[in-house]
Amino acid sequence: MTARPAPMPASRGRGLSNALREVRAFADEHRSVSIVLGMAVIAAVLPLLAVVPPFSIFQKQDVWLSGFSNAGVFVLLALGLNIVVGMAGLLDLGYAAFFAIGAYAYAYGASPYSGQHLPFILMILIGALVAATFGVLLGAPTLRLRGDYLAIVTLGFGEIVPIVFLNAEKYTEGTNGIGGLYKPDIPFVTFTLLNPWPFYVLMAVIVTITIMLIYRLQNSRVGRAWMAIREDELAAAASGLNTVTTKLLAFALGASTAGLAGVFNASKLTLVSPDQFMSTVSFSILAMIVLGGMGNIWGVALGAFVIYTIQVVLLKQLNAFFAAVGVPILKDLNFIQYQFLLYGLALVLMMLFRPEGLFPSQRRKRELHAADELGPGAAGEVQGSLGESPE
Amino acid sequence: MTAARAGVPLVIARNITKRFGGLVAVNDVTFEIPEGSIVSLIGPNGAGKTTFFNIIAGIYDPTGGHVDVRGRPLIARPRNSWREPFVWFAPVLAVAAVAYAGYVATKSELIATAIGAVALVVLIAMMLSSVARPAWYNTLLARLGVFKSARPNDMVKAGLGRTFQNIRLFQNMTAMENVLVGMHTKLHATAFDAMLSTPRNRREEVDSRVRANELLALVGLPGRGDELAKNLPYGDQRRLEVARALGSDPALLLLDEPTAGMNPRETADMMTLINKLRGELGLTVLLIEHDMKVVMGISDRVTVLDHGEKIAEGTPDEVRRDPRVIEAYLGAPAA
Repeated sequence: MTARPAPMPASRGRGLSNALREVRAFADEHRSVSIVLGMAVIAAVLPLLAVVPPFSIFQKQDVWLSGFSNAGVFVLLALGLNIVVGMAGLLDLGYAAFFAIGAYAYAYGASPYSGQHLPFILMILIGALVAATFGVLLGAPTLRLRGDYLAIVTLGFGEIVPIVFLNAEKYTEGTNGIGGLYKPDIPFVTFTLLNPWPFYVLMAVIVTITIMLIYRLQNSRVGRAWMAIREDELAAAASGLNTVTTKLLAFALGASTAGLAGVFNASKLTLVSPDQFMSTVSFSILAMIVLGGMGNIWGVALGAFVIYTIQVVLLKQLNAFFAAVGVPILKDLNFIQYQFLLYGLALVLMMLFRPEGLFPSQRRKRELHAADELGPGAAGEVQGSLGESPE
Repeated sequence: MTAARAGVPLVIARNITKRFGGLVAVNDVTFEIPEGSIVSLIGPNGAGKTTFFNIIAGIYDPTGGHVDVRGRPLIARPRNSWREPFVWFAPVLAVAAVAYAGYVATKSELIATAIGAVALVVLIAMMLSSVARPAWYNTLLARLGVFKSARPNDMVKAGLGRTFQNIRLFQNMTAMENVLVGMHTKLHATAFDAMLSTPRNRREEVDSRVRANELLALVGLPGRGDELAKNLPYGDQRRLEVARALGSDPALLLLDEPTAGMNPRETADMMTLINKLRGELGLTVLLIEHDMKVVMGISDRVTVLDHGEKIAEGTPDEVRRDPRVIEAYLGAPAA
């Protein structure tokens, strides 16, 4: 494996591939710097894209930007759920509960309803911390369960939390939700309903920091421990890992990311109500990370972004398009109502043709395409002992 | 082979019994592993070898008996576990009493609520400790006379490393990562170290990779760190499992059929490796093995189990001649 075949001599794309290789080497060495640079480029390009023809026809730049910040919320959620499901291999079907907890934490910390007005930065920390606490509280008794059972318990938790917020009317205003939340208050920046830019930039910063932290976690002792538990829990324990605390940590960090997203979302919408956090949200996020490529940080982020944008923009445009063209049956369909059908279709097609997701991690790609992998690289070394290799 | 170095036994398993429902898998087995020796456990299929092995490794709790490592009892049936809930509730009750006293004295609801919240946090913290079982919690339990059997990760901390009968590597991780996971207990970077990329984290990442490379070279896989574990040939996977077990710097290495499914050449290599580990690292080895050539060639002492009971113990030569052993393996001679 060490002796990779030398690059083809005098090929046409040599200059480009060399440049690519240099970029890759730089990215490997200075990962955090390259994440910041990459995100800066993305954040700069997106608003420009929104004014270029194919996109500018759909909606105005302001609407696009506002949509991007909403998509950012789902990117955060996908990144957090990826820690739990993708890295540690714990199936969590009630992830929206932590989103709700973060959002309500903001409602209690910064709204006329509670009479408090804590600074936004502090609320972000509090929201993340409160959600993490609930993550630990849910995790402690349930993480000894395996696979399917854990999924059922988390599903229940995801149902219970919005129902509690719905029924504890005395403290949560029930269905109406808590409204009039304060906008973020960051020095020198004014956040208003009409100007989407501050939210957009703030979201870009939050996502950048989150991606950076998660990348660092993934390539650390903790990240390896999660991966080991996902691979084989008994062997992990026999290697000296405290599986309980390691899984709790994954749950807590995943939940805290959702809490963060909840705080941002609440401050942008200035309203929290239980119907924002129903189980469909959990399933959407799960679908996003599966489609995006579970385990790959950029993959799930991109997956969430693309899917959210498609869901919010493209489906609406489809309606308009078919109505304008007047295609017989399609013009009467409201595609937004069928988004879960489309999710389902996309997932089924995905599992058939590209089970590792749109943007798979190298690891998972190898996992799911082991047969194709035993090509030129491995053959030399496996030679002679292929007969005994387990498979 | 050389005789065992005289010394205190590293591990003593006394009167170990394990029942699964009505089946007695291990029955009253006493077993000593002297420091620096290679000890083997043999027996026909279903004799209870692996069960016994798993008890020592902390995977099963024994039904009776106990295992001591360096004289410290680590594994036994739980004792006085009814006292544990007191550890959870006593501090809460104390805090609640203070809250009530404060409320009576000052009539301030705020103080009472605040202390009440503290009580709740304390309760949650104690409950969590009972799940995560940090060191201080175990000490606290020991003070109260409560005994809880060690978990596999506690046994690793106590100095036991193990391999599995059917290879259980982290298949989709590289060889290097497998060894790094094995070194988990020797590394100390927390999630915060990793997220903030502290100097400690960076130093540890570099040092641990150097060490992992050394271990890979030691077991005979030099420079193969970047290969996925599942892409390694079978014999190398076994070696990698040994390297992973060595990651925690164990004093005792538990090898469950290390040469199962190997060809004669690989088997010979594995024997050399085991001898080398004892020679170079001063490891003690407990071996379960079916291959008699390996057992007889490498062991200082051999213990024979049959139907969960110990039927013979001694040097390889003594065991080989023992009529009960011959009977267990070949059946009783026709009368």
